Amino acid sequence: MKFTEEHEWLRVEGDEVVVGITTHAAEQLGDVVFVELPDEGATVSKDDEIVVIESVKAASDILAPLDGEITELNEVLVEEPSKVNEDPEGEAWFFKMKIEDMSALDDMMDEAAYKKYIG
Amino acid sequence: MSDLERTPLYNLHVSLGAKMVPFAGYEMPVQYPIGVMKEHLQCRAAAGLFDVSHMGQVILRADDPEVAKRGLERLIPQDVAGLAEGRQRYGFFTNDEGGIEDDLMFANRGDHLFLVVNAACKQNDVARMRAALEPEVTVKLLENRALLALQGPEAEKVLAAHHPDVAALRFMDVATVALAGAECWVSRSGYTGEDGYEISVPVAAATEVAQALLSHPAVEPIGLGARDSLRLEAGLCLYGHDIDTGTSPVEAAFTWAIQKVRRTGGDRAGGFPGADRILSEITDGAPRRRVGLRPEGRAPMREGTPLFSSESSAAPVGLVTSGGFGPSVGAPVAMGYVAAEFAGVDTVLYGELRGKRLPVRVASLPFVAAGFKR
Repeated sequence: MKFTEEHEWLRVEGDEVVVGITTHAAEQLGDVVFVELPDEGATVSKDDEIVVIESVKAASDILAPLDGEITELNEVLVEEPSKVNEDPEGEAWFFKMKIEDMSALDDMMDEAAYKKYIG
Repeated sequence: MSDLERTPLYNLHVSLGAKMVPFAGYEMPVQYPIGVMKEHLQCRAAAGLFDVSHMGQVILRADDPEVAKRGLERLIPQDVAGLAEGRQRYGFFTNDEGGIEDDLMFANRGDHLFLVVNAACKQNDVARMRAALEPEVTVKLLENRALLALQGPEAEKVLAAHHPDVAALRFMDVATVALAGAECWVSRSGYTGEDGYEISVPVAAATEVAQALLSHPAVEPIGLGARDSLRLEAGLCLYGHDIDTGTSPVEAAFTWAIQKVRRTGGDRAGGFPGADRILSEITDGAPRRRVGLRPEGRAPMREGTPLFSSESSAAPVGLVTSGGFGPSVGAPVAMGYVAAEFAGVDTVLYGELRGKRLPVRVASLPFVAAGFKR
């Protein structure tokens, strides 16, 4: 797993990456009540706001971690947003994407670095 | 957070694992480890304890209690003189333009009046009352008392275990009872839509009383996060958001809280700031009105969301002033102001969220049935 400073995790699956938010991020957000996913097939640029996630406390975004194309969405989260709190680093992935430059992952934090990052 | 004040229960909050945030000049618990959603549902299902010690507790006293009552009537459009001893009423300070300077609870305690006002407004409220009422009436902001709220369907059982007299109180009754050996002032009221009590307790006994109530298995501590979602579902206003110096009581749908004796034709009609506007709006209506709003989709519409009459109309016809997810409703809920012609229940409006217009239906308030013991 790789991690971004925006508290997303990325897991490589073949030529795609699966993207979700970290347990730490889910805890900070609190109870998630609303998830809006991007369009399947959308071309996105790094730092585009592509997912809207709202908790009882506030609205926030998930940014595209890299340039690429959205290939699959986890529609279950739209119906059951609370899954984000139940299993953020497992079942509650948000989307899969094909990224243009897989080597960009090398610059991202690994788990040890992320743990240090969140202190 | 060094400039912030702390309530007498600060150490208790920290020991309970609360997340503390700045609110109205105080470090307050926004949530405890179980989180906002569970705290909210706990309060609706059983009972929750809130620290509201940041709010202002004020005593008005005069040699003749009638002088204090008539004095307060010069500042608020409520019937103070006609309020029976041991009873409490909701009210609001108005300004010369007919706007709302603060909202409050006031109680007739026999030889004095007891007021609870908002934390962020308390210094202004006290200054306003002193300017208008002294020297005939003394205005005392109490610094030596904490304020707790015990709310929820189990609140009576929990508090009655400490003092049986509280079970006999009806909604908006006020009485003095001893808790943990301290003189407490208990009102059957609150800010959640549930049955419950607000308890004014001397600072020295505050932690002991709070711990005694928390020791009951039906009670969990509740933070400001769930306090906000509970009051929103109950259709209750948050000062500075749903009501402020620019909203009139009639716009805010508070006509019910202006008793007939203060309205045109009443024995003590008018005589409060902004009476001309407020009384004429009672007769003629206001151009906009506070309403409940139910977004039809899942997306919460939060404060500041503009409301339109159609998917393409240019100018907004209203604005959301409070909004979020209602844990007991299981859906987003909101309130806001809309032009009078769009204020009818079931009118469909469109809230603009992230560039998209999404349908939202005008709804009656509250969103959940009140649990008051009347």
